[in-house]
Amino acid sequence: MGNREAGRPSLASLFAAFVSIGMMSFGGGLAAWIRREVVQRRGWMDDQQFLSGYALSQLVPGATNVNLSVFIGAQLRGVAGAVAAVVGLTALPVAIVLVLGAVYLHSRGMPGGATFSTALTGMGAVAIGLNLGTGIRLGRLNIRRLVPALVAAVIAISIGVLGFRLLHVLAVMLPVSLALAWLEKRR
Amino acid sequence: MIAALVQIALLFGGLSLIAFGGGAGTLPEMQRAAVVVHHWITAPDFLAFFAMSRAAPGPGSLIVLLIGQKVAGLAGALVAFVAMFGPSCVLAYFAARIWHRAAHSAWRALLERALAPVAIGLTFASGLALIRGTEHGWVAYAVTAGATLAFAFTELHPIALLVGGAVVLLVAG
Repeated sequence: MGNREAGRPSLASLFAAFVSIGMMSFGGGLAAWIRREVVQRRGWMDDQQFLSGYALSQLVPGATNVNLSVFIGAQLRGVAGAVAAVVGLTALPVAIVLVLGAVYLHSRGMPGGATFSTALTGMGAVAIGLNLGTGIRLGRLNIRRLVPALVAAVIAISIGVLGFRLLHVLAVMLPVSLALAWLEKRR
Repeated sequence: MIAALVQIALLFGGLSLIAFGGGAGTLPEMQRAAVVVHHWITAPDFLAFFAMSRAAPGPGSLIVLLIGQKVAGLAGALVAFVAMFGPSCVLAYFAARIWHRAAHSAWRALLERALAPVAIGLTFASGLALIRGTEHGWVAYAVTAGATLAFAFTELHPIALLVGGAVVLLVAG
């Protein structure tokens, strides 16, 4: 395995690694790319450290992959490492998204603008499906019992169908889920 | 302009701290704020922004750049970016330090088990809310259903699905 950089990487190589991760992540699957780069190719941490960081990144609010970059950067080089990882991960994608946005905002009423907008409607319809499909995948991997399945269903329906506010639902369901997990463990 | 920037900062800064289960969980709230409350963009705009942020590399939460850009140009995009990612990154940094020390503690295992169904519920909620918030023809609904199944049960690449969806709408929409 390519462990030539094992140990403490320089800020520059940390930044470079996350720039390439950011660009390889077309269409999602960022965590898999992060693992490949940081664990497999560079040997900066082992799988157990990575998975623990991945679990934490999902527990903390915010974009999971950005949180994971903070975790890895901080682990390897402290605050400066966390900043290098996040800026590296997002720099090029930010530029690409801004250019796409500018094209979208200026394409209205221009020739081809309607075609662009129809294509985006199709991609948007797929993107919704990607979210739902991710939910199905995660559910099959992580939900084995009725109680957690009910918690997930109540949250999905109250926000997604009934239109309740995110904060209100979390204020009720986070304590409920914690209490249920605690009760289940005591039995 | 300044007022708009403050509104952007408050909206995304708040969402940053309640985005349990990743950025997608906040999409319903983002849509409500940007389309219904502030009238910054229309519902079709929101869906187009969502599609662009999913098609581009990087985290899906980069949709906040597009909303910020529409409201207040580059400054709006910058404020939205810092507001959406800053607070959660600071939280992640301190959490990482505590996490390390709690490797075998009972509360860490309890948190992991309690938050998994919440995150999964929020993922479904975001998809359902986006369907509800968008006026669509039956072709688009069929595309969503097909993409859901394809992504859940096959190994087709998301980019292939996104391109396929665009083609279907161009031909049949």
